[in-house]
Amino acid sequence: MGKIIEIRDLRVEAKTDSGRVVEIIKGVDLSVADGEIVALIGESGSGKTTIALTLLGHTRPGCAITGGEVVVAGRDTVTMSEAQKRALRGTEVAYVPQSAAAAFNPSKTIMDQVVEVAKIHHLMPLPEARKKAVELFKALALPEPETIGQRYPHQVSGGQLQRLSAAMALIGDPKVMVFDEPTTALDVTTQIEVLRAFKSVMRERGMAGIYVSHDLAVVAQIADRIVVLKGGEVQEVGTAETIINQPTHSYTKALIEAFHPKGRDPDARPESAEPQPILKVSGLTAGYGAVGSDGLPKFVILKDIDLELERGRSLGVIGESGSGKSTLARVIAGLLPAAKGSVAMDGVSLGQRTKDRSKEELRKLQIVFQLADTALNPNKPVGAIVARPLAFYHGMGGREREAEVDRLLDMVRLPKALRHRLPSELSGGQKQRINFARALAARPELILCDEITSALDTVVAAAILELLDELQRELGLTYMFISHDLSTVEAVCDRVAVMYRGEKVEEMPTSRMQSGAEHPYSKLLIASVPKLDTGWLDGLHQNPAISEGMNRA
Amino acid sequence: MNALIARLVAKRLGIMLISLLIVAFAVFFATELLPGDVAQILLGQSATPEAVAGLRKAMHLDQPAFLRFLYWLGGLMTGDLGRSYANNREVADLIAGRLANSLELAFVTTLFSVPIALTLGITAAMFRGSTYDRLVSVFTVSVISIPEFMVATLAVLVFAVYLKWLPALSVANDVHGLGELLRIYAMPVITLSFVVSAQMIRMTRAAVIDTLDTAYVEMALLKGASRRRIVLKHALPNALGPIVNAMALSLSYLLGGVIIVETIFNYPGVAKLMVDAVSTRDLPLIQSCAMIFCVSYLLLILIADLVAIMANPRLRNQ
Amino acid sequence: MTITNPGRKGRFGWHMNAVGIIGAAIILFWMVVAIAAPWISPYPVGKIVDFDYYGPMSSQFWLGTDYLGRDMLSRVLMGARYTVGISLAAVTLACFVGVTLGMIAAVIGGWFDPVLSRFLDALNSIPSLMFGLVVVASVGSSMTVLVLTIAVLYAPGSYRFARALAVNVNAMDFVTVARARGEGTIYTIREEIFPNIIGPVLADFGLRFVFIVLLLSGLSFLGLGVQPPNADWGALVRENIGSLSFGAPAVIVPSIAIASLTISVNMLIDNLPRRIRDRSD
Repeated sequence: MGKIIEIRDLRVEAKTDSGRVVEIIKGVDLSVADGEIVALIGESGSGKTTIALTLLGHTRPGCAITGGEVVVAGRDTVTMSEAQKRALRGTEVAYVPQSAAAAFNPSKTIMDQVVEVAKIHHLMPLPEARKKAVELFKALALPEPETIGQRYPHQVSGGQLQRLSAAMALIGDPKVMVFDEPTTALDVTTQIEVLRAFKSVMRERGMAGIYVSHDLAVVAQIADRIVVLKGGEVQEVGTAETIINQPTHSYTKALIEAFHPKGRDPDARPESAEPQPILKVSGLTAGYGAVGSDGLPKFVILKDIDLELERGRSLGVIGESGSGKSTLARVIAGLLPAAKGSVAMDGVSLGQRTKDRSKEELRKLQIVFQLADTALNPNKPVGAIVARPLAFYHGMGGREREAEVDRLLDMVRLPKALRHRLPSELSGGQKQRINFARALAARPELILCDEITSALDTVVAAAILELLDELQRELGLTYMFISHDLSTVEAVCDRVAVMYRGEKVEEMPTSRMQSGAEHPYSKLLIASVPKLDTGWLDGLHQNPAISEGMNRA
Repeated sequence: MNALIARLVAKRLGIMLISLLIVAFAVFFATELLPGDVAQILLGQSATPEAVAGLRKAMHLDQPAFLRFLYWLGGLMTGDLGRSYANNREVADLIAGRLANSLELAFVTTLFSVPIALTLGITAAMFRGSTYDRLVSVFTVSVISIPEFMVATLAVLVFAVYLKWLPALSVANDVHGLGELLRIYAMPVITLSFVVSAQMIRMTRAAVIDTLDTAYVEMALLKGASRRRIVLKHALPNALGPIVNAMALSLSYLLGGVIIVETIFNYPGVAKLMVDAVSTRDLPLIQSCAMIFCVSYLLLILIADLVAIMANPRLRNQ
Repeated sequence: MTITNPGRKGRFGWHMNAVGIIGAAIILFWMVVAIAAPWISPYPVGKIVDFDYYGPMSSQFWLGTDYLGRDMLSRVLMGARYTVGISLAAVTLACFVGVTLGMIAAVIGGWFDPVLSRFLDALNSIPSLMFGLVVVASVGSSMTVLVLTIAVLYAPGSYRFARALAVNVNAMDFVTVARARGEGTIYTIREEIFPNIIGPVLADFGLRFVFIVLLLSGLSFLGLGVQPPNADWGALVRENIGSLSFGAPAVIVPSIAIASLTISVNMLIDNLPRRIRDRSD
C-alpha cells in the first residue's frame, strides 16, 4: 500500500504575546497509508490540530513552519506557493471543523456553502454540484436531503450541521479528509449518529483520513492507527487495538487509566445512623422570560423537580445540553427565582434570591462553575480571589487571613507561591483548583459543581475528581455534581439523577447505572457513552436501548 | 417573513417617535432658556408696554411653558412650524430653500465619500498590517484628529489660493451647467468628504477585521477560497450591519454638523440658518432646525437598523 | 521600552512601542505647559508688544506676533491652559458620570437600564455643535458653561460604551459567583466590573478627549467658546484667520498645536503600554 501522507521531522514555531518564540511542534514524523484513518490524540496544547492543519498548507496566525516536510499525495505542502495551496485545499485535502456551528457562514444558505468548493475550483457545473450535494446528504443520513440545503445554518441542529460540514468536505472528492475534533461539541446521543455517518462514508469510499481528538474512546471506533501526542512530540504509535490494550508509554497509560474510574465504594463512607437530608428540592418549576397569567415564565426550563441530598454524599445530575441541569443549580443557588416549588436546606426553606437569604445560608451553599477561565476575575491575583470569602463570611483579616489562604492552597494541592499570580498565568487544572479553593474558603457544607471537569483534559480532570473525593472524606462535604459526562459522575457520585427536557426522569444509585436504568432515555444516554473498545460502535445496532431510544427521540 | 419585518419596522418607528418626543422636549426647554423677552425684541425698544403685552398674549407667551410646549408640538404635528420672529415669515418657507441646499450638499458628499470609504476600509482590512494599511491608518487618524476648520482652510490654501483651480466661496444661485456646479460644490464637498470618510474608513476596517477572525472565514480559506473571495463573499456580508451603522452615524453629521464648513465657504444651508437664528433669538426657527437635524439622524439610524436586519438571516427569517 | 525585572524567570513589566512613547511625551509636554504657562510666558498675554502685526518669527518673538502685535508664543502657551484645561475637565466629568451610570445600569438591569438607555440615546441624536451653540448663545459663554455643556454632550456616548462593556463582564461566571456569595452592588461594580473594563474605558476617555478638543476649538472658531481677551487655540485661529493667505505663524502655530495634541492622544491610544507577564516555565 502506498503512503498518501508522509510527514517528516515537522517543526512549527509560535510567537507568544510578548514576542517570545516557542517551538510547538518538535520534529514530528507521521505517515498515513491509502485508505487508512489515523487518529492524532493528545491534550490541549499537544499540537494535534496544528499538525492536521499543515496538511492543508495552513498555520494559524502567529505560527510558522520552520522545518521538515509534509508530503500529501506526492507533493510537499511546506514549499508550495499560495496559489498551489489554494488548489490543494478542498480538492486533495478537505477539512471537517470542530464546531460546525461556527464554521458555517451565518449569512449564506447551507447549499451555497456546500457547493462552494466545486465553484471555487471549477470542478463541475453548479446544478451537478447541487445534485451531488443532495446525494451526500442522503449518504450522511440527513433528514429532508432534498431541501435541507435551502436552510440557513441557524435553522438546523448541531449534529446535522456537523454532518453537513462533512458533506461540504466530500463534495470535491478529496483524497484525504482531516477531521478536527468533529464530535467534541455534540451530546453523546448525537455523537453516535455523526460517528456512524462518518465511518460509513469513509469506509465506502476507501478514503484516507486524519482524525484529531482528545477522546480515546471515540477514536477507537473510527481509527485504524493511533498516534499519541504530548507537548508537540509523538509519544507512541500503534494500531487502535494495541494502544488501547497494551499501551507502553506512561502518558498513554495515564490516559487509559483516567478512563477507568475507580468507582464508588459506598461502604467506605461512614454510615450515619439515619440519612440526614441537607438539601430538599420539591416541586421546583423555573424558567426565563416574562411571567404569564398562569404564573409560569415564558420559557419553562425546569418542570416539577424533586430532589433530596444526603449529608456527606454526592448526587450526580446528568443530562444533555438543554436538559435544564445548569438551571437547576442556578435556582438552588438563588441566582434565578423559581416559579413554583421550594428549596430547603437543613429543613429550613431558602429565599428565592440571594438577597433574601442570610449570610449563613449563603455560606453553607457554594457553587463552582465549569469554565475556570471565566469564573476567576482575570485582574485579581489568586491570593485575593481565595481571600475574599474569608473576609466576607468570616470577617478575617491580616495575618490570619494570609495563613488561611496558604492552608486552602495546600488543601487543593497547589504551591503557596501561586498566590501572587494572575489567573491567566495558571494552567486549566490549576485554575479549577483555585475555583474550588474559593468555594472551600467559605467553609461550606454543600457545593454545587456545574460541569467542573468538562473543559479539562482527561488526565487533569481525573486528578481533580480524586481531590474532590479526598476533600469530601476529610471535610464531610456534600456535592451536587452536574455533568453531561457519565464517567465523571460514576467516579464521584453515590446516586445519580437523569434529566431530560427539564424533567427528572429517573434516579438510582450509581452502582446500578449500567444495568438498572429503567427509563428509555436513561438507557439510551448510558448506552451512548463510547466504550474503550474498537468494536463498540459497530456492535451498537444490537443494543436495544439505542435503537429504542433513537426511535423515541 | 414580511409580517415580521413589518412588526420590526413598527417597533423601531415607535422607539423613534418616543426619542423624538424626548428631543422635542429638550429642544423646546433649551431654547426657552434664551435670554430676552421675545415680544420686546420683536417690537423694538420704542414699543409701548401695552403693545408688548398684547403681543405676548397673542403669542401665548403669558401662558406656562408646558402649555406652550403642547401648542408647539401640536403645530409640528400639523406641519405648522410657526412664524419666524425675526422677519415674520413662515418658518417652513425659510427652511425649505436652505434644506434643499443642505440636502444637495449632503447628497453629493455621500455619493463621493461612501464608495471611497468602503473601498479604502475594505482593502485596508484585506491587507491588514501591510504598508498600505498603515498609510490608510495614518491618514484616517490625522483627519479625525485635526479640526474641521483646519481641513477646510488647508483645502482653500491648496486648491483656491495655491493652485487657483477652484473658487473659495460657494454661491449656489448662478450655476451654468454641470462644470460650474462641480466647481461650486468642490471645496465644501472635498472638505466634508475628508471629515466624514475618515470615520467611515476606520469603522469599516474594524468591522471587516472582526469577521475575518471568525471560524467560518478560516473554513473558507481551507476550502481553497482566494483572499478576494473570502473578504467579499464571506466577511463582508456579515460585517454589513456594523458598517451601515457607522455610515449612518457619519452621514447624519452632514446636516447638523456642517456649521463650520457652511460658515467658512459661505454656503447657504440649514446649519448656517440656525446659527443666524441663534444670533437673532428666533425661537421657532431654532426649534424647527433642531427638530430637522434630529429627525434626519433618527431616520438614518432606522434605515441602518433595517439594513442590518435584512442582511442577517437570523433576524430576517425565524 | 521594556521595564523588566531580571530577578525572576521570564519577562515581566510594561512594554510600549516608540509611537506610543512619542504620543505620551507630547501629551505630557502640553500638560506641563498648561500648568506652567503663566510662569514661562515671555510677555503678558494681552500686551501689545510689537508695532507690526502678523510679525514673522524672530529671536524676540519666537512665534511671531498676532493681528494686534501681541506675542504669539505667550498666547499659545496660555491657550494651552484653556484648551487642555476645559477639555480635560469636561471629559473627566462626562466619563465619570457616563461610566458610573453605565456600570450601574448593567449590574442592576430591571427597568432602570432600558429607561436610562433610551433617554440617553435620544440625547445623543442632537448634533453636538448645535446643542453647544444654543446653550452658549442662551446663557453666555463662561468656563463653567462650556465644561458643563460639553460634559452633557459626551456623557451619553461614554455611558453607552461603558454599559456595553459592563454588560459583557456582568455575564461572566466570576460575577455570578460574587452574586451567589451575596456581595452587594457596590462591591460588584468596584471590584469585579470596573477593573475589567478600565483598559477600554481609558482608551475611550482619550478618544472622547480628542473629540472635545475639536468641538471646543470649533466653538471658539465660531466665536462661541472662550471669549476675548482670553483665547484658547481655536479662538487664536479665528482671531488670526486674516493672515491665512500669506501664511503667517499667527494662524499656523495654534493649528499645529491643536493637531499635535489630538494626534498624539490618538497615537497613545493605539499604542497603549502592554503588561508583560510571560513565564517561561
